[in-house]
Amino acid sequence: MTEITFRQALQRGLREALDADPNVFLMGEDIGKYDGAYAVTQGLLEKYGPDRVRDTPISEAAFVGAGVGAAVAGLRPVVELMSMSFSLVASDQIVNMAAKIRYMSGGQLKVPMVLRAPTGGGVQLAATHSQSFENWYASVPGLKVVTPSTPYDALGLLRSSIEDDNPVIFAENALLYATRGDVPDAEYFVPIGVADVKRTGTDITLVGWAHGIVTLMAAAEKLAETGVSAEVVDLRSLRPLDMETVIESVEKTGRALVLDENWRTAGFGAEIAAEIGYRSSDYLDGPVARVSGTDTPSPYSRPLEQLGIPQVAWVIDEIEKTYGI
Amino acid sequence: MEITPEKLRWIYTTMYRIRRFEEVLLEQTVLGKSMGVAHTSDGEEAGPTGICAHLTDADWIGSTHRGHGHCIAKGVDTAGMMAEIFGKYTGLCKGKGGSMHIADFAKGMLGANGIVGAGIPLAVGAALSAKLKGNGTVGVSFFGDGATGEGTIHESMNLASVWKLPVIFVCENNHYAESTPVEYAVSVPDIADRAAGYSMPGVVVDGMDVFAVYDAAGEAIARARAGEGPTFLELKTYRYHGHYHADDPHTYRLPEEEELWKARDPLPNFERRVIEQDLMDEVELERIRNEIDQEIQDAVAFAEESPLPPIDELYTDVYTNYSNSVRGLR
Ligand SMILES: Cc1ncc(C[n+]2csc(CCOP(=O)(O)OP(=O)(O)O)c2C)c(N)n1
Ligand SMILES: [Mg+2]
Repeated sequence: MTEITFRQALQRGLREALDADPNVFLMGEDIGKYDGAYAVTQGLLEKYGPDRVRDTPISEAAFVGAGVGAAVAGLRPVVELMSMSFSLVASDQIVNMAAKIRYMSGGQLKVPMVLRAPTGGGVQLAATHSQSFENWYASVPGLKVVTPSTPYDALGLLRSSIEDDNPVIFAENALLYATRGDVPDAEYFVPIGVADVKRTGTDITLVGWAHGIVTLMAAAEKLAETGVSAEVVDLRSLRPLDMETVIESVEKTGRALVLDENWRTAGFGAEIAAEIGYRSSDYLDGPVARVSGTDTPSPYSRPLEQLGIPQVAWVIDEIEKTYGI
Repeated sequence: MEITPEKLRWIYTTMYRIRRFEEVLLEQTVLGKSMGVAHTSDGEEAGPTGICAHLTDADWIGSTHRGHGHCIAKGVDTAGMMAEIFGKYTGLCKGKGGSMHIADFAKGMLGANGIVGAGIPLAVGAALSAKLKGNGTVGVSFFGDGATGEGTIHESMNLASVWKLPVIFVCENNHYAESTPVEYAVSVPDIADRAAGYSMPGVVVDGMDVFAVYDAAGEAIARARAGEGPTFLELKTYRYHGHYHADDPHTYRLPEEEELWKARDPLPNFERRVIEQDLMDEVELERIRNEIDQEIQDAVAFAEESPLPPIDELYTDVYTNYSNSVRGLR
C-alpha cells in the first residue's frame, strides 16, 4: 500500500491504461504541455507523445463527438473536459450519440469511451462553473456514471471505466483532487456498479457519493460522539446503481439519510430516497431523511455560496429532526 | 477618422482605467481580497476602448471571462465592479456573479461570460432586437481566439449574415487560449479570413493601436447602423499576465515574446502620438492618470468597506416572480 492523492491515483490509472492498451488515448483542452487544468495528466504528453495525449481546440461538441466516433471505430478514447459544466456544450453528443448509438444500431456498435470531468463547486467559480450534472447523466439509459470518493476507488474505477465497452461519465469532484488515501501497489480494478460500505454502524445508514462521502464520514464521526453509530454507504456509481447494498444496510439500521450535493428538485437523492421508502418502509423508523444542495445557481460570494452547500451540521440536524437521535 | 478632443480624452482615460483596474485587481487578488479567479486584460486595452468609443448605453455588448476591459469601456462603474469581484453586496450583481459574470443592464453590458463562446449568440440576439425594433442600435460580441473553436461563433456568424443583423464580431486574438497557442488550435493564420465564408467583411486590425481599432470599428458600426449587416474584426493583441492570476505564462510562452508586445504597448503609443501631433500634453495626460489612480484606490476602499450579501440573497433572483424556497435541508 502507498498513500497517494486522488489526483495521483487518476494519473496512475491513466498511465496503466495507456500502457495496457495501445488503443487507449487521451484528449482534451490543455491536457498536454500544460498538464491539464487540474494537473491530472502531468507528464503524460512527454511519455506517450502527442498522438496519445492530444490537446484540443476549445470545441467540446467536436472533440467529445469525435471521441464517440473514434470509440465506435475501434479506439478507447479517454476524453477530459475542464469542467463538467462545459459538458453542456457537448451534451447532444453525450446524450443523443454516445448513449444511444448501441441501442439504435440494434447492438451493432459500441462506444467504449470515458468522459472525465471535474465536478462540484465551493471555490467561488460561480454559477456557470460549479455544477456536476452527474444526476442528469445518470437518468440517461445507455450511459454509465461513476462517482468515486477516494483515491482507491478513483484508480480502480478509472481502470474499469476505460476497459468498459460502454460510454462512462467519470465525475471527479474537484475538492477531492488533493485528498489522500492508500492504494495497493499492484494493479487492481474496482467493479462499476458495486457500492461500498465506507464505515459500519448500527443506528442509521448515511447514503451518498463522491464528495458527499467526505461530509458523511465527518458526520458519522460527529454522531459517534453522541453515541449514534452511523453506517456510511458510498454508491460509487449512480448507474449502474447498487441498491442492494443500500437496502441491506437500511434494513439493518432502520433509519436512512441521503445526501445529494446537487440541486434537490429531481435530484438523484430523491431517487435513492424513493427507492428506500418503496422497498424498505417496513423496516424504517421514520421517513428517509434528505440533505441536498439548495435549488439556486451557485452564487459567487463565498459566504453565500457556502450557505447553499450541504454541511456536516445539516446532516446532524436533519437526523435529529427526522429520527430524534 | 476624425476624433474630437473629448473623445481623445475619453480614450486615454478609458485605456488607463482598464490598465490600473487590472493591475490593482491583481495585487488585491494576491492579497486574497478577490474571492475567485481574476482573468485580467491589461495589454488588450485598445480593443474594447476603440470599439466602445462608437457606442452608447443603448448599444449592447456581449463579453467573455476576460471581461473587465469590456465593462469599463462600456462605462460600467469601477467601484461596483471591484465590489462585485470582492463578493460584496454593493457589487453590480450583488456579489452573485463575480468577475466572470459582471453584467450591467443600464450600460448595455450583457455580461462577462464564464462559458467560452456563450456570449456570442447573446450579442446576436441583442442585434436582432435592434433590427426588429428599428432603433438603430447595434450588438457587439467580444470573444477570444480560443472561442473561435466553438460552434457558437460559426452558427452565430451565419445567422447574423443571413438575417443581416447589426452586429460586430470582435475577435480579440491575444494568441493564446489558456496555454494553447493560436497556431495550434486555429486553422487559418488570420481568423478574419473566416468572415468570407459567411459573406461579411473580415478585417485584421492592430489591436495594440487604439487609433487603428477606432477606425475599423467606426466603419463596421456605421455599416451595422445603416442596415448593411455584420462585420468581423480580428484584433491582434496580447495579454500581459497569465491566463488568470495564479497562472505562470512562462510555462508556455517566452519572456522575449512578451517584451516584443510590450514594446507596442497601447498607452505609451497613444501618449507619443497625441503629444507629437499636439492634441494633448503631458500635463493633461498626467492629470488623467492621477485621477484614475485615485478612482481605483477609492474603488478598492469602497469594495473593502462594503457589506457581504445578506443571507436571503441566496434565494432571490432565481425567478422574476417567486422567491425560490427549495432548500437543502428542512
Ligand atoms: C465551454 C468552455 N470550455 C472551456 C472553458 C475553460 N476556459 C476558460 S477561458 C479558456 C480559454 C479561452 O481562450 P480565448 O477564447 O482565446 O480567450 P482568452 O482567455 O485568451 O482571452 C478556456 C479554455 C470554458 N470556460 N468554457
Ligand atoms: Mg486568447
